[in-house]
Amino acid sequence: MIERSYETYFRQNRLPHLWCPGCGNGIAMKAIVQAIEKKGWSQDNTVIVSGIGCSSRASGYMDFDTLHTAHGRAIPFATGVKMANPNLNVVVITGDGDCTAIGGNHFIHGCRRNIDLTVILFNNNIYGMTGGQASPMTPLGKKATTAPYGSIDRPFDACKLAEAAGATYVARSTAFHVQHLVKMISDGMDNKGFSFIEALVQCPTAYGRRNKIGEPAKMMAWMRDNAVMKNAWDKLTDDKKIGEKFPIGLFYKAEEETYNESYKHVRELANH
Amino acid sequence: MKSEFTLKLERCKGCGICVAFCPKQVLALDKLGKVYVADQEKCIACGQCELRCPDYAIFVDKVKEEKK
Repeated sequence: MIERSYETYFRQNRLPHLWCPGCGNGIAMKAIVQAIEKKGWSQDNTVIVSGIGCSSRASGYMDFDTLHTAHGRAIPFATGVKMANPNLNVVVITGDGDCTAIGGNHFIHGCRRNIDLTVILFNNNIYGMTGGQASPMTPLGKKATTAPYGSIDRPFDACKLAEAAGATYVARSTAFHVQHLVKMISDGMDNKGFSFIEALVQCPTAYGRRNKIGEPAKMMAWMRDNAVMKNAWDKLTDDKKIGEKFPIGLFYKAEEETYNESYKHVRELANH
Repeated sequence: MKSEFTLKLERCKGCGICVAFCPKQVLALDKLGKVYVADQEKCIACGQCELRCPDYAIFVDKVKEEKK
């Protein structure tokens, strides 16, 4: 067998990873390194920053300069890295709890500043690492240890949130649509400014089991059956957007001044 | 189309994703819950197993058939 080229981007002595059997995080992590490979970024000028949670363990397996930071604070750390050295490519890996609950404010303000980061949110709909508490992205009616009768809190749509807060690239894909996910991430890396990609991943242990969705493959089949490409979704009438159907693809793209460019003006004025 | 499998069994956690998404039922899980190639002949080298393996444990390569 010819060794796969993406394997060079993993810390081989750290594998196998500690994620549960069938966890989608492994698929999303591979998609990220494949996107980096596609972009031709070197391991020396790429920084991976992650917060806390199952998703954020990914930085430990990736052979780049990596930062495993405080809970919810991946975007502030990444902002610091990017401001200190704008030549670096900075990728943030975060989870649904990390990004939209604990780091909710950091997230919207990162979007608002349009700082040139690529943020990938691994959405597993639950706090997996701490034992299955409901997160702000647990769908209505789904069970969690803190919602034994089903969650009554309406979930965030992180993509709409990012768009409204000012991100200049917003997309969603799933662990089932691997090649699509790689494309969404690499297109996000092309964007100068805050790029946000939500990757829906399955959590068979804390979410699937509790909600009786079944084994990992069934959770992925659910993604296959319910995800609708953006173009097709826009043509659907409201009565067809029922059940658990959700759109995937590129939702928003715009060109705005990045935070590094804005800061340049400040420096010019200060040096005057 | 002949194919060649490479299994990194120390990485396999037996989640069954490759078994479920194989269109030709080539793969199965053994008694210890690890993947094995049950019916190599049926494999069409589509790569669905490798594409979705979350643990990077299965690799499939196309092998050109030798002319007789």
